[in-house]
Amino acid sequence: MGLESKLGPSFITTTIDAVVSWARKNSLWPMPLGISCCAIEMMAAADPRFDIARFGSEVMRFTPRQCDLLIVAGTVTYKMAKVVRKIYDQMPEPKWVISMGACASSGGMFRSYSVVQGIDQFVPVDVYVAGCPPRPENLLNAILEIQKKVGKTSVLEFDDKPMIELPVINERKN
Amino acid sequence: MKEKIESKLREKFPQAILEVTDFRGDLTFLVDKNSIVDICKFLKEDKELSFDLLVDLCGVDRAKRKDRFEVVYHITSLKNKFRIRLKVRVDEKDCVVDSVTSVYPTANWHERETYDMFGITFRNHPDLRRMYMPEEFEYYPLRKDFPLIGIPGSLSLPKK
Repeated sequence: MGLESKLGPSFITTTIDAVVSWARKNSLWPMPLGISCCAIEMMAAADPRFDIARFGSEVMRFTPRQCDLLIVAGTVTYKMAKVVRKIYDQMPEPKWVISMGACASSGGMFRSYSVVQGIDQFVPVDVYVAGCPPRPENLLNAILEIQKKVGKTSVLEFDDKPMIELPVINERKN
Repeated sequence: MKEKIESKLREKFPQAILEVTDFRGDLTFLVDKNSIVDICKFLKEDKELSFDLLVDLCGVDRAKRKDRFEVVYHITSLKNKFRIRLKVRVDEKDCVVDSVTSVYPTANWHERETYDMFGITFRNHPDLRRMYMPEEFEYYPLRKDFPLIGIPGSLSLPKK
């Protein structure tokens, strides 16, 4: 390219969108919301055998305020749904959600009054992972899918999204 | 041991012991619901029997039979290494049983769970709130007439 040849071998020209989304997608910080057996497979995905660090997602933070990828790994009950939503709301934009396993995606084997039949009823889900529980490879595949999606984003998409003011929940009545 | 428990109970509560069953070594007493606290107190405080541990307390929905609900108490004597079961029948129209928390403090959460799942109210319970379901929930999930998948719209979800 013309400009690059003038500036020398250390320079490339590209777009801001490409650089930012490239940086974003290769350092997704997951919020591990392990609420049942899927969490064990999620931990296995982080171990040296499967090594989630190969995809830049090894920094599991246990505070949602530092994360941009929510991995809901497990059965979500109606009571837990409020907690999941609050954690999602606490995450700063931009953020993505993986619904890991049959329970989170559809209620799974718990066709019951207490279990939410799919978390997409109250949080937007980007990738669903099949399996009960899914193999660690399957979760890694979901992260690759998320990376594809993040790679296509533009900086301005998340420009003026304000943080949600969070209501106080679980106040005891008496 | 069995004979001793039965004779002692019959002597002390001649009216309240309705039925005694002995199935494969499990001794069960069906007792009158109004004297359950007195019976528990007697069984616990009697020096010889000393049934000092409430292992479990739960409810049963007997569907269409007379006296729809049953509350079951499993109590153990650690001294004698012996277990018995007490049962109390409750009618749907008068779904109230006296709380045994004054005798066995463990009963607190067990009775809350039974209240949560079956809607059986425990009189004189210190803190009778729902155990598992949200407090605004209006139904009793372990009743036989409650559908397995629940009642649509009865539990709220956060807005998307």
